[in-house]
Amino acid sequence: MRAAIVVFPGTWSDGDCEWALAQVGVESRRVWHRETELDRDELVVLPGGFSYGDYLRCGSIARFSPIMQAIHDHAAVGGFVIGICNGFQVLCEAGLLPGVLMRNDSLQFRCQDSLLLPANSTSPFTRELDSTQPLRVPVSHGEGNYYADDVTLDELEASGRVAFRYVNESGDPTTETNPNGSLHNIAGILNEAGNVLGMMPHPERACEALLGSDDGNAIWRSVISAAVTV
Amino acid sequence: MTVDEHTLTQVAMSREEYARLLDMLDREPTEVELGIVGALWSEHCGYKHSRPLFHHFPSEGELVLTKVGEENAGAIDLGDGWCAVFKMESHNHPSAIEPYEGAATGVGGILRDIFAMGMRPIALLDSLRFGPLTESTNRHLFNGVVSGIGGYGNCIGVPTVGGEVQFDESYSGNPLVNAMAIGVGRREHLLSASAAGPGNPLVLVGADTGRDGIHGATFASVELDGKSDERRPAVQVGNPFLEKLLLEACVELAEQHGDWIEGLQDLGAAGLTSSGVEAADRAGTGIDIDVALVPRREQQMTPYEVMLSESQERMLVIPKREHLEDVLTLFRRWEIRADVIGVVTDDGMVTIRDGDQVVAHLPVAIPTDPPQYPPEGVRPAELDRWQSEDLEALPDVVDENAALLELLACPNIASRRSIYRQYDHQVLNNTVVLPGGDAAVLRIKGSTRGIAAATDCNGRFVGLEPRIGAAIAVAEAARNVVATGARPVAVTDCLNFGNPDKPEVAYQLEQAVLGISDACRALDTPVVSGNASLYNETPHGQILPTPSIGMLGVIEHVETALRIASNVGDTLLLIGAETVQGSATLAGSEYLTTKLGRLAGCPMIDLDHEVRVQELVLVAHQAGLLTAAHDCADGGLAVTLAEMCLAGDAGVDASAVDLGPRLDASLFGEAQSRFIVAVADEVAALDLEARAAAADIPVTRLGKMEGTRLRLGSADVPVDDLRAAYEYGLERALRD
Repeated sequence: MRAAIVVFPGTWSDGDCEWALAQVGVESRRVWHRETELDRDELVVLPGGFSYGDYLRCGSIARFSPIMQAIHDHAAVGGFVIGICNGFQVLCEAGLLPGVLMRNDSLQFRCQDSLLLPANSTSPFTRELDSTQPLRVPVSHGEGNYYADDVTLDELEASGRVAFRYVNESGDPTTETNPNGSLHNIAGILNEAGNVLGMMPHPERACEALLGSDDGNAIWRSVISAAVTV
Repeated sequence: MTVDEHTLTQVAMSREEYARLLDMLDREPTEVELGIVGALWSEHCGYKHSRPLFHHFPSEGELVLTKVGEENAGAIDLGDGWCAVFKMESHNHPSAIEPYEGAATGVGGILRDIFAMGMRPIALLDSLRFGPLTESTNRHLFNGVVSGIGGYGNCIGVPTVGGEVQFDESYSGNPLVNAMAIGVGRREHLLSASAAGPGNPLVLVGADTGRDGIHGATFASVELDGKSDERRPAVQVGNPFLEKLLLEACVELAEQHGDWIEGLQDLGAAGLTSSGVEAADRAGTGIDIDVALVPRREQQMTPYEVMLSESQERMLVIPKREHLEDVLTLFRRWEIRADVIGVVTDDGMVTIRDGDQVVAHLPVAIPTDPPQYPPEGVRPAELDRWQSEDLEALPDVVDENAALLELLACPNIASRRSIYRQYDHQVLNNTVVLPGGDAAVLRIKGSTRGIAAATDCNGRFVGLEPRIGAAIAVAEAARNVVATGARPVAVTDCLNFGNPDKPEVAYQLEQAVLGISDACRALDTPVVSGNASLYNETPHGQILPTPSIGMLGVIEHVETALRIASNVGDTLLLIGAETVQGSATLAGSEYLTTKLGRLAGCPMIDLDHEVRVQELVLVAHQAGLLTAAHDCADGGLAVTLAEMCLAGDAGVDASAVDLGPRLDASLFGEAQSRFIVAVADEVAALDLEARAAAADIPVTRLGKMEGTRLRLGSADVPVDDLRAAYEYGLERALRD
C-alpha cells in the first residue's frame, strides 16, 4: 500500500505523516491541492495544518479545492481516507463526514497528550487495536469541539461509528480528559461505509518512543492490514 | 530642502546627526534619502549605542560558521555536515500597543531571519516580561502576546518549544517580547544575504507592500509615552499562511537550487530600505530600485512610503541573471508573487527611482555608517544602597511550609503549562524534551545528535549589579541546557534596556555586556547573533535591565536526554553547593523580593566554579550515572525539589538534611551553580560522590523519591498540596 498525502497551501503535517508512515513501512507521495488524480489502492491522508489559512472557518475553503472531487470519488468506491486535525475539519466541511468541529470550549488552542479509546476493533482503522487499551496520542488544535445533532449522534453511536473517544487512564470518558468539549468525548468518527476516518488527535506524532509514544502506529497498521484483506 | 523638527522627529534623528548627514552627503538630502538614512541610523537598525560595546563579546569559536552581524542569524556547526542557525529578536514596542499582532509579527520576523539563511526553522522560544497580572492592562497584554505567539507559530507549523516569562512592576505597560528561532539544515545549503554580482536582478517576493509599519524601526527607538497608542499604524499585521508558503519556497530554493541565487534577505525593520542597503553593503555593490515596480496593496503610495513600509512576509531574492526565470517560476509554483524591482550595480550607490525620476542617490556607505555613541555610564546611586542592606538583620522565615506553597503559586514560579499548551510544541516530530523542563531538546532527523535550547535572564540580578547579573543570566541558560545532558555551544542575546542617553542606563548596558562576555568566555559559548532593544521606558520609569540570553546546546545521543522527572526509588543529590546557605544568597531572590517588595542584596557567581559544576554534570551524564537533573535556581532548593517531586509524582524524604541557622536562605536562597540530580542506585551515587570529591565540588544526598510528602529539613508538605499551588498558580493570577 502507498499513501497519497494531500497538501493544501497551509498544510504542515504532511512531513510528519510521511515520517510516521515510513516508520510502519509505507511509502508516500505528496499530492498538491491542484491535482485531480488518486489511485484506487492509495491510502489518502489529509494532514493537519491551516489548509487555506482558515481565516474563515477551518476547512471551509479547502472543500472547493480541485483535489476534493477526486477524494469524493475515492471514498465512494471504497478507497481509504484518513483526515487528521485540519483534515478532519476538511472532511466534515466537504460532507464526507457528518457534524462540525467548533472552537474548543476553552476558547484556546490546546496542545497536549490525550488518551484515546477505540470504540471497537472492527473498523479498518482500529482492527489492530485493543478496545480496552487507551492509546497515548497528542492533540494540537483550536477547533476540535465535535458537534452533531442528536439524530446524527444516535446514529453514530448505534452503528459503532465513533472511532475514538477521549478517556482517562482507566478508559472512562470524563470531562477532564476532554481537551475541547466535544459531544460524547468524540475524538474521531467514521463514515457509514467505514472507509473514511476523521480524527482530531495526531497519530503521526505518536510514532516513536523517542517522542513520547508510538501508539499511533497501530492505527496505520490497522489500515495496512485492512488493505491487504480488501 | 529645509528640514523642520517634525520631520527629524519622525525619523528619530537629532540636529547633530542631521548635520553629520549633510557633511557626509555634501548637500541636503531628498525626502527619501532622509527616510533611508533615518531608518538605518535609528537605534533599532544602527545600534548606535550598543555597537560600540559589541567588540567585548567573544564571537569566535571552533564551531562558529558566521561572524556576529555578518548575516541575518548566527550559524553553528553541529558536526556530520549539519548546522544550526539561531537568533533572538525583540518586538517590545509593537507588543506594548497591539499585543497580538506585535507578538505575532515578532515570531514571523525571526522566522524569516532563519529561512533567509536557507535553513528550515524547527523551533521557536519566547522570552517574555510583563507587569504584575493584578493590573488589567498587564493581563490584556499578557493574553494578547500569548495568543499572538500561538496564532503565528501554530499556523505556520513551527513548534514553540520553550522560553520563559517573568513578572515585575517595571515592565508595566512596557512588556518584553523576545522571540528566538532555530533552524537546522545541511551546511552546504547555508545561504548568504548578499547582493553580489552587478547586473543581477533584485526580486521582491511575498506580500504586496502597504502602508503598515512605516517608521516601525524609528518607533522602536523612542520611549513609550501617552501618545504611543497613536503609533498603532506603525505595528504590522501578520499573515502566517503566506509566510508558510514563503518558507517552503525559500527552503526549496536553498536545498535544491542554491546555485541559482547570489543572496536571500528578509525584509524586517525599515523594510526594503534596510534589506536592500544591507545586502549591497555585504557584497560591496550598489542597488538600483524602481519603486514603481513594487506591487502594492494600497493606492497612491509615495516612494518614501514604499521604501519604509514594514509590510510583513516579504523577502528580497538576488538570483543570478541566467536563473531569473527559474527563480520566478519556483516562487509562482508556490503561489507567491515575485517581481523584479531593480538591479545590482557596481557603483556603490543606493539609487531609488520612481519610474523616470530619481528620488534618492547616495553612497551605500552613508546609511551603513551610523553615528556611534559609546555609552558614558554612571553607576546608579541605589546600587550601593541596595547592596549594603543588612540581610542578616531580616527575621528568618516562621512558617516554611506556607512560604514554600506561596512561592510555588506565585506567577514567577508557578507552572507555565497554561501558556505552553496554547502553543503547538510538537509539530515536525522533533521535540524530545517538551516544554516544562529546564530546556527543550530536539532531535535532528538523520543524525543521532540533538540540540537543546533555553532562554534566561533574571532582571533583578542585573538590576542589583549589572555585570554579575548578566553573567548569571548566561550561566543559568547554560545550566538549563546542561540539565538535559547537552553541552552549551553558543549564545544569542537580546539586550533590553531603558533610554541609553541616561547615564545610569548606559552603565547598566555597558556592565551587562561585560558580564555576558565574562560568562561566555568562561563557558566557551561565543555570542553569534543578537539584537538590542533600548528605550524601554514609560512615564513611570525604565524596565529592569534585561539582557535575555538564548543558549544553544548539543547532545551527542539525543535518546539520552535528561528530564526533571526521575523514577520512584531514585536518590536525589544536590551538586555545586552545601545545603546550608547564608542570608547573602537571598539577594534578589523571589522569596526576598516578594517579602520586601523591592530589590536588596548583591548577587554572586564564581564563574570558574560554575564551569566545573557544569562539567561534572555533563561527565556524570556521559558515564550514564544520571536519571534526571534540574537547575536549582528560582525559589531555591525547596522550590527545585518540589518541582522534581511534581515531575516524578512522588515525595522525597530529605528531613535529615542540615539547613543551618538561616532557614530562609537554605530553603529559598538563590545561590548559583547548583543542580539537583537523580541517580538510580547506590553504585551510581557513590560514583558521583567520588567524582565530585575529586573535583572539589560539594555534593549532598538529599533523599529518595518515595512516599507522598516532601520533607526538607523542618519543611514538610504533601505533594498534592504542592501540586495544587504550582499547577494553577498562574491561571489563578490571571483570573483573580
